[in-house]
Amino acid sequence: MKEPSLRQALALLRVMMLIRRFEEKCAELYSAEKIRGFLHLYVGEEAVAVGVCAALEPDDAVVATYREHGHALARGVAAGPILAEMYGKLEGCCRGRGGSMHLFDASRRFYGGNAIVGGGLPIAVGLALADRMQGRAGVTACFFGEGAVAEGEFHESMNLAALWRLPVLFCCENNLYAMGTALARSESQLDLCLKAASYGMPAWPVDGMDVLAVEAATRQAALAARAGGGPVFLELRTYRFRAHSMFDPELYRERSEVERWKERDPIRALVERLRCEGALDDAALAELERGCDEEIARAVEFAEAGTLEPVSELTRFVTSDRSAA
Amino acid sequence: MSEARAELTYRDALREALREALLRDPRVFLMGEDVGAYGGCFAVSRGLLAEFGPERIRDTPLSESAFVGAGIGAALGGMRPIVEIMTVNFSLLALDQIVNNAATLLHMSGGQLAIPLVIRMTTGAGRQLAAQHSHSLEGWFAHVPGLRILTPATLEDARGMLWAALEDPDPVLMFEHNGLYNLRGTLPAEPVAVDIERAALRRPGRDLTLVTYGGTLPKTLAAAEQLAQEGIDAEVIDLRCLRPLDAETLLASVARTHRALVVDEGWRSGSLSAEIAARIQEEIFYELDAPVARVCSAEVPMPYAQHLEAAALPQVEGIVAAARRTVTSRA
Repeated sequence: MKEPSLRQALALLRVMMLIRRFEEKCAELYSAEKIRGFLHLYVGEEAVAVGVCAALEPDDAVVATYREHGHALARGVAAGPILAEMYGKLEGCCRGRGGSMHLFDASRRFYGGNAIVGGGLPIAVGLALADRMQGRAGVTACFFGEGAVAEGEFHESMNLAALWRLPVLFCCENNLYAMGTALARSESQLDLCLKAASYGMPAWPVDGMDVLAVEAATRQAALAARAGGGPVFLELRTYRFRAHSMFDPELYRERSEVERWKERDPIRALVERLRCEGALDDAALAELERGCDEEIARAVEFAEAGTLEPVSELTRFVTSDRSAA
Repeated sequence: MSEARAELTYRDALREALREALLRDPRVFLMGEDVGAYGGCFAVSRGLLAEFGPERIRDTPLSESAFVGAGIGAALGGMRPIVEIMTVNFSLLALDQIVNNAATLLHMSGGQLAIPLVIRMTTGAGRQLAAQHSHSLEGWFAHVPGLRILTPATLEDARGMLWAALEDPDPVLMFEHNGLYNLRGTLPAEPVAVDIERAALRRPGRDLTLVTYGGTLPKTLAAAEQLAQEGIDAEVIDLRCLRPLDAETLLASVARTHRALVVDEGWRSGSLSAEIAARIQEEIFYELDAPVARVCSAEVPMPYAQHLEAAALPQVEGIVAAARRTVTSRA
C-alpha cells in the first residue's frame, strides 16, 4: 500500500473501531436500562458503512435502516448526540423523538433511520431525483438489508431509479438473515445481483468484511452514477456477529457459523493487514483504542448530562413552526 | 368596475392551478401515472406535457409506493413535487410512504426534516366504478397527525388551494371528488389566493347547520334550497380542510342554529362524521336542541349497478328528510 492509502486505511480503521466500541457500550447501557425500545447492533458489519461513507462527498445523501448507529457515526454524526438520542434526551440528534432506530442529521444529509424494511428506498430515489433536477452532482447512498429485497418497494424503487437513470447507490447489506429468516428460506432467487441486473443496472458483489474493497467499489460506483450512468447495486456480503436485537435468543443459526464469520472480523483483518505493511504497531493500536474509549466516554457523559424535552413541547414539529415564518 | 371572468369547469380550474404553479416556481413538478402523454386519468393535466416537457410532467410506472416516496425524497431534496395518484383506493398502495414517512419525519427528526409535498387524488363514487375505485377514504387520512387534508368543492378552491398547499411547508393531501370535475362556472381571469385554514359558510341559515365537504357540497346545497321551500332555513358549512379541522367556524355555526346534521360520503363507523359529531357534543352540548344527526354512505363496498350505487350514497332526498327530522326533534 502507498503512503496516502495507508493513512486512509488507518482512518477507516479508527471509525470501525469507534463503531465497535460504541455498539458494545450501547449493549451495556441497554442492560443498565439507560437505553430502551429496540436496539439493533452493527457489530461485524462495520466495514460496510465505513467503506461506503468514506467514498461519499459531503453533498451526497445517505438513507439508512434501523440498524444505523454505524452509518451515522461513519457519516460524521458525533457519538454524543447519537447516544443522547438513545437516552431520549433533548440533546439527542432528534431531540429524543426517534431513538435508536431513527437517527437523522439534515446538516450531513443523513436521512438515516428508517424502520420499515424497504421504506427508505423510494425516498432515496426522490433525493437523487431532486439532485438531478437541480443540476447538482450528488449521489444518494441507500442502505438496506437483504430482507428488503423481498419487499415491493425494493422492486418499484430499483425500476424507477433505473428508468430515470438516477444517481442512487443501492447498498444491500447482505448479512444472510432477515431477523431470523435465512435468505434461502425467503427468496426463490438467491443471486441478489441477478435481481438488480434485471433492472438494467450494474450490480457487483463486494466483500463486505473488507473495508478497503467496499470503499473502492463504492468510489467506482459513485463515479459512474455521478457521471450520469444511472444507479448501481452493490451487494455487500457481511455478517452480524450479535443478535438481531436485544430480544433475540438466536435460535435460527448455529454458534459455529457465527464463530466462522468472526474469523473474518473486518477490524481484525485490517489490523493484521496494516501490521504486515508495517503501518501499525502495538503502541499505535493501543493509542487508537484509547482514543475511541475516550470518545465513547465523552459521549456517555454528554448523554448522561442531557436534559429531557419539556412535555409542553410534545406536539411541536407535528407540523412546521409557523410563528418563525 | 367589472373584473374579467372566464367560464370553465372544476377540471379546468385544477389544470389552471397546476399551470400557474409550474410557471411561478421552477421547483414545482408533477408526477404520477398517466399525467403526461395520456393527459391525466381525469384529463386534469391534459396539455401540460407539451407546455412544460417531460422533466416537469413525469409519467411514472404503476408504482404508487415508489413515486409517492420519491415525492417525499424530492421534497427533502429541495423540490416542490406535486404527486398525482389516480384514486384514493390506489393510494393504499402508498400508505407506507404517506403514513410512516411523510407524516412522521418532521416530528421524529426533531424538526429537521420538513416535507413540502402535495399529493392530489380522486375520491368518491357516482360513476359506477364499483368497489375499488369509488370509496371516500379521506377521513382515514384525516386521522393522521402531520398531514393536512384539503377537499376543494368549488371552482375557487380547485383553482386556489393548490398554490396554498404548495406554500405549506408540510405534506398536504388534496382530494378531488370525481363527481365535481364537470362542475361549471366562472372565475376571475386572474388567480385569487384562498385560505386553507378555515371552513367556509356556503349558505347562511337560522334553523340548522348542515356540515359537509367535497362531493356532497352540491347535494347539500340543493337540499338546503329544497328545505327553504318548506320553510326550513339551513346553514351550510363546507369544511374544506379536514385536518386540521376548523372547529371554531363549525361550532360557532351550530351554536347559532342549535341543530347539526353532518353529510359525509365516507362510511359512518369510526369516521370523520363521527369526529365532527363528537366535537360538537364535547364543546357545545348545552347549545344543542336536537341530537347531532348524520347522513353517510351505506356500510357496503360500493356496488356497480346504478340503482344500488345511488342507494348507497347520500342523496338530496335523504339529506332533506334527515334535516326535517333534526329540526322537529328535541334534545
